[in-house]
This record gives sequence, C-alpha cells and structure tokens, in this order.
Amino acid sequence: MEALMSLIVGVLSACGVYLLLRARTFPVVLGLTLMTYAVNLFLFASGRLTIGAPPIIREDATQYTDPLPQALVLTAIVISFAMTAFVIMLALKARAELGNDHVDGRADREESA
Amino acid sequence: MTHLTIAPVLLPLLAGALLLLTRRLLPLGVRRGLNLAAVTGQVVLAVMLLMAVGSGDVLTYNLGNWPAPYGIVLVADRLAAWMLLITALLGFFVLLYAVRGTDRGSRHFHPIYQLQLFGLNGAFLTGDLFNLFVFFEILLLASYGLLVHGGGAKRIRAGLHFVVINLAGSTLFLFAAGTLYGVLGTLNMADLAVKVAQTSPENLGVVRTAGLLLFAVFGLKAALIPLHLWLPGAYSTTSAPVAALFAIMTKVGAYCLLRVGTLIFGAEAGPLTDLYAEWLLPLGLMTLLLGAFGALSANELRRQIAYLVVVSVGLLLTAFGLASAAGIAAGLYYMVNTTFATAAFFLLADLIARRRGAMLDRLSPGPAIHRAGLLGGLFFIAALLVVGLPPLSGFVGKFLVLSAAFEDRSWPWVMAAVLTSGLLGMIALGRSGSLLFFNTTAGVERDPPGERMALMPVFGLLALCVGLLAASGPMLGFCTATAEQLLHPQGYISAVLGPTSGGTNP
Repeated sequence: MEALMSLIVGVLSACGVYLLLRARTFPVVLGLTLMTYAVNLFLFASGRLTIGAPPIIREDATQYTDPLPQALVLTAIVISFAMTAFVIMLALKARAELGNDHVDGRADREESA
Repeated sequence: MTHLTIAPVLLPLLAGALLLLTRRLLPLGVRRGLNLAAVTGQVVLAVMLLMAVGSGDVLTYNLGNWPAPYGIVLVADRLAAWMLLITALLGFFVLLYAVRGTDRGSRHFHPIYQLQLFGLNGAFLTGDLFNLFVFFEILLLASYGLLVHGGGAKRIRAGLHFVVINLAGSTLFLFAAGTLYGVLGTLNMADLAVKVAQTSPENLGVVRTAGLLLFAVFGLKAALIPLHLWLPGAYSTTSAPVAALFAIMTKVGAYCLLRVGTLIFGAEAGPLTDLYAEWLLPLGLMTLLLGAFGALSANELRRQIAYLVVVSVGLLLTAFGLASAAGIAAGLYYMVNTTFATAAFFLLADLIARRRGAMLDRLSPGPAIHRAGLLGGLFFIAALLVVGLPPLSGFVGKFLVLSAAFEDRSWPWVMAAVLTSGLLGMIALGRSGSLLFFNTTAGVERDPPGERMALMPVFGLLALCVGLLAASGPMLGFCTATAEQLLHPQGYISAVLGPTSGGTNP
C-alpha cells in the first residue's frame, strides 16, 4: 500500500507541476488542483497508513490510527477548495479583461497576425 | 493565561465580520469610521501587549485550554508584539489614505482590509506550524482580494500571477509540514525545536529537506532572490494604499524566516544549527544587488519603489543571516524604518502620479507638478529614508547592519554589496526625482480637489520614521533584548510546553 500511495502522490505532483508550467490559465488551474490532491494524500500518509483502525478512542479498539493528519487534511481540503474557486473566478475575469486565456495576457503570434 | 494574547486576532475578525454584515445597513461614512476605530483598537492592543511582554515574559494562550503540544497555542513574545505594533500602525495610516476614495472601487474593501490584518496578526502570534499555514492562507486570500481591488486588465494579470505563485507556495508549505510531522510527530513550533535537537542521525536528511522546503516558502513570501519576480509586477499595478499595506507582507516572510531559523533551527538544533543563516546571508546580498539593478532599470516610479522593497528585503535578511544579537537587532530596527518609509513612498507616488495628468508615474518628462516644493520635499525625505542616507533613521538602520557585519567573517562581502546597492539606489532615485520635478514640459496641472488632507497619512508615516530616529536609543535597546530572547529560545519553549514537561511526548 505504501508503494501505491507514494506512486500516486508522485504521479499527481508530476502532472500538477507539468500543467502548472503551461501557458494557458485552464491547465494552470488544473495543475494547481492536482498539486493539492497530491499534497492532501501526502499529508494523510504522514500519519502512517493503517487499515481498519479507528482514529478516536473506542472501548474495543486494539489499534488506533493517527487522527491529527486527518484533521489537517480536512483543513487543507477546505482551504484548497476555496482557493480553487477563487482562482477559477480570477482566471475567468482575466479571460474577460484581457481577451484571451494566456497567463501573460498576450495572444499567440498567429492570432494577432 | 491572559486573554490579551488572543485579542489582536479576535478584534479584526469580529470587525471584519461586522463590516461585511452591515454593508447594506450602514452608509459608507459610518463603515469607514468603524474600520478606523477597529484599526485604532489594534494599535492600542498591540501597545498593551508590547508592555506586557516588554520585560521578557512570553505570554501563551491555549485555545480551549488544551495543553500544548496537543492543542493550538498562541504565543506573544517581544518579536510578535513588535510586529503587531508595526502592522497596526501601518494599517491605520494606510486606511486613513484609503478612505479618501480608494475604498469605493469594490463593495468589500473594508471587510477584506480587516481580514488582511486578521491573517497578519494571526501569523505573528501563532505558535504552531500548521496554524501558520492557515493564517498564511487567510492573509493571502485577503491580499488577493485587495490586490485586484479596483479592477483593470494590468491589475488582473498581475493578480493572477500573484495568486498562482502563492498557491504553489502553499502546496510546498503543506509538503514541508507533512514531512516534519511524519518524522517528528509534532507541529507545535516549541515542541519541534525540542524534537529537532533530538533527531536521530538517519532522519537528519529528511528534516533538513523539510526545513529547506519551508525556507523556500518563506523566501517566496519575503521576495528573496530568485523568488522575487512576482513582487514588482504585483506592487506596481495595484492601488496605492494596497501597495503601501503590502509593505508588511514581505516582512511576514522575513518574520517567519527569523522565527523558524532561531527557534527550530537555532543554536540548540545540533547538526541542523544555523540551517537558515548560512543560506540567508548570500541570498540576502544577491537580493540587495539585483533589487538595486531593478530599481535602476525601472521606467515607472512605482515599479522603482517595488524594486526598492526588494532591496530592503535583501538588507533585512542579510542582517538576520548574520545570526548574531547585533545583526538581528539591527534588522529589527531597520524593518520598522523600511516598512513605514516604503509605505509612505507608495502613497506619495500615487499623489505625484495624480498630478501629472496622463503621464502618471512614468519616468519621462511630463507636466510640471502643482506644489512641487512640498511634494518634492516629501519625495526627498522618503528617498533618504529608503536609500539609507544620513541624517534619518534609514541611515541608522543601515549603519547598525554594517557595524554588526564587522563581527562576521563575511564582512567584506556585506560591506561591498550594501554600499553598492545604496549607491545604485541613490542614483535611481536621484534620476527619478530630477525627472519628475525639474525636467517638466508643459503647464502646471491643477491640483485635484480635496487633496490636501491626502497628505496627512504620508506625513504620519514619515513622522513615525522621525520618531524612530529620535527614540533610537530605547528602540535599539528593545531590539537587542528581542534578539537576545530569540537567540535563547529556552524561555519560549518552556513557556509553551510548561516548565516541567520539557517537551516529552509519548
């Protein structure tokens, strides 16, 4: 499971970084989203991976999973959700104001020619 | 446990919520008054907190009375109270300027302004790494709103860059925090300091990686080379009061570098001691030089000031990078000067731009400026403060940094870089000043109506710098005491974790 988890985090981050470096706002927003997915999984895994163990005290439990990373991930999800919503609105606003979706606001050469 | 510690966080949050809810109920004049009253309240709270911690006490506040390191903790020491006071005073004068019309641009200026202060105050007070992230997000989200306040294509484009690079930085922050938690099992900064010192050799590399990831994040906020490229675009396109308020934003990054560098990777950290200082010094010097070249090449006054902000960050982080009591004290003294001076300069640039018709703040010959004597005199004072020439407090700050550097092995480098950047900054501002005030072409533009009062905040900010100069002795004494407290973090750690526990964590 550890290998699968790290593979997923790695692939998500790699795709996220690749998309983040694109010149159009839509891939950039997607890249940011993938990065936040990667970091959420990473935070979750930082409390070690345990299967079927409760995070809070129970009478019959013999083994617990670390509850703190779960709380951290919840916070991170909420924040990244709000940020994604904001950046989408800003990207739409930029598209409207600048007339194209290039991150620097300039149209491609073939378009302007 | 006094509730005074949490008051600077609660007041702007409640004021922001109130301003948001009363948007339709109260006229703009009343909401302006409310906002100003809230900021004044923060100045009072910051002064009270400063007096409470002035003797060297470290106040802690455990939210919900959960003991640290399990609960969330707010910590006020000399540095935190110092930063709170700078923020509140800056916020007051900038708001005084903003209520003269800038706040009409969008409906939510006033709530966002308070939330910005909420995030800033929280970031200075928190004693927990994850909460530092949360407060970063709050202050950034508010800053996104303020940055694009008023709209316009250039502003939106700069805003998009600012938002995307900061979101990438936030992701990096979470990776660093997750790594630290995974290895050390805590995110409380005092507890982290204890745990880092006891790191087993096989984990050293991972902790070092996480620490340097954090360094990159804070360097991004502070606009440290090579992560400074977002700053000139963002600061030169936004509205003047927002740019002036953002004078404190780079200082948040510098504060975090200082806090984490002295507390977690401080003298007690064993093999990881001075993890930040050895990077700060060379990068700070490069920031100084490249910022000065940027200021020389700028073709708009506000872009030039933005580059001078980069220069001041360079000098500040060079001072912190010396990692000596004298260096940190010099940096803390200089920080006050540079924050107020650059903020005043941004406001002044806006006043000048409004008097030049279509030329705005472009650095090319334009119409003569009405009342050039007064504005030119203020420009001169602000330039002296920013570049650091005698007889004003900018010079004192710079002199303190240089004299602190003499105790360091690297003093020739510091000396060369600081003096060169000072010269370049002087040339750049000298050229702009003579272009704006002497090399004029056409007739005098009329004064925009009601502008006389708009000078008050500029006067206020410059007066604060003069006050800093007049009280240099006590101020420097306080800064030295703050630096000593930072370099001996045992007081901070035992205040947070309790004197008996010593940071043991099952």
